[in-house]
Amino acid sequence: MIIKILGPGCANCANLEKAAREAVAGLGLSATFEKVTDYPTIAGYGVMSTPGLVVDEKLVLSGRVPTANQVRELLAPLTA
Amino acid sequence: MSVAERLGARTPTRRRVGLVAAALVWFALYELNRPFWDWLLYDLIGLDPDSRLGSGVHFFFYDTVKIALLLVGIIFAITVLRSFMSVERTRAMLGGRREGLGNVMAAGLGVITPFCSCSAVPAFIGFVAAGVPLGVTMSFLIASPLVNEVAIALLFGLFGLGPTLLYVGAGLVIAIVAGYVLGRLKMERWVEPFVFETRLGGQLVDPSAGLTWDDRIQMGIEEVASILRKIWPYLLVGIGLGAAIHGWAPEDFFARYAGAGNPFAVLLAVLIGIPLYSNAAGVLPLVEALHDKGLPMGTLLAFMMAVVALSLPEMILLRRVLRPPLIGAFVAVTGAGIIAVGYLFNAVIGV
Repeated sequence: MIIKILGPGCANCANLEKAAREAVAGLGLSATFEKVTDYPTIAGYGVMSTPGLVVDEKLVLSGRVPTANQVRELLAPLTA
Repeated sequence: MSVAERLGARTPTRRRVGLVAAALVWFALYELNRPFWDWLLYDLIGLDPDSRLGSGVHFFFYDTVKIALLLVGIIFAITVLRSFMSVERTRAMLGGRREGLGNVMAAGLGVITPFCSCSAVPAFIGFVAAGVPLGVTMSFLIASPLVNEVAIALLFGLFGLGPTLLYVGAGLVIAIVAGYVLGRLKMERWVEPFVFETRLGGQLVDPSAGLTWDDRIQMGIEEVASILRKIWPYLLVGIGLGAAIHGWAPEDFFARYAGAGNPFAVLLAVLIGIPLYSNAAGVLPLVEALHDKGLPMGTLLAFMMAVVALSLPEMILLRRVLRPPLIGAFVAVTGAGIIAVGYLFNAVIGV
């Protein structure tokens, strides 16, 4: 699974990446992480408020920093 | 584990009881703040309330606790309320609006939409791509930092309801007028072309959708923690300087140079405020001390608004989507609005 963190690189993006990595480790998945910082690409995913979380090219969350548990809940159905 | 989970707020009853208990503790602390420091510093340690040292030290501790309590309470409440709004909803409401009414709505939505300045660029792109006029978008982008929740909390605690409402009202008027003027100037050609070429693709995910009350409460707690982590150094420096001015500055020193008698005071205050990189938390304790020393409210509000709304980091961020002439116009129009508000307040309410 490919997980992309969308955002210019402020603290929120770092926190989102941390939560996502924890969630992936907790679910025992293997995932590649990518950072997307360029604005046209971010907008291309439909994101207007950063940070955004994209899993396998699908935007699953934007505009807030979730906890690791919340990311787990988002990821669990996608792995089935 | 999340904060809400640690607090064990799993059932509606426990959540309500927890919130009520937290509110009661908050009010008790707020009420006990002054008697406690009076007792500790004056009765127990024996400082003289009328001495410079005594009043300065008392001001420092009393104000630090009062400001911390107000920030916690007001940021929490505002964050929970704001969790019902999002940039996505705001854009949907502004899409297709004409200038005029659009500017008014955009300024109001700029105040209530949760917004991190890191998101200014994607939000700008999203608004423009959705056909929101440039001037209306600018009204949103001006109101958002100008009417700031930290400033609301501090103004309310230090000056009461009247000046807080004046601040919010003035901020809205500045954002509406400045955005309208920027729209009239027809400055679309000074927006970076990629903004117009970018198509907002994919599926929008509304950050405010599907949140439970536990989520919102947890967002409130986290926002309080994150803002306090960010601003405490500014706050302590601001309160320290405020205490020093309070205790040691000669009574008429500031009033003589920057008081109501100096016609250039507001202009100077704004020019000093723009490059001063701080935030409301660092500036407002200073503003309170200067107000005690006889500086008029309009001059002080103009100073604070210039510090909060016209910062260099914000402009560097906006440079990604706006070319220098438009950034220049943005600073000039917003700055002129702030100066006008300063003079108006000085004329209407004085010191």
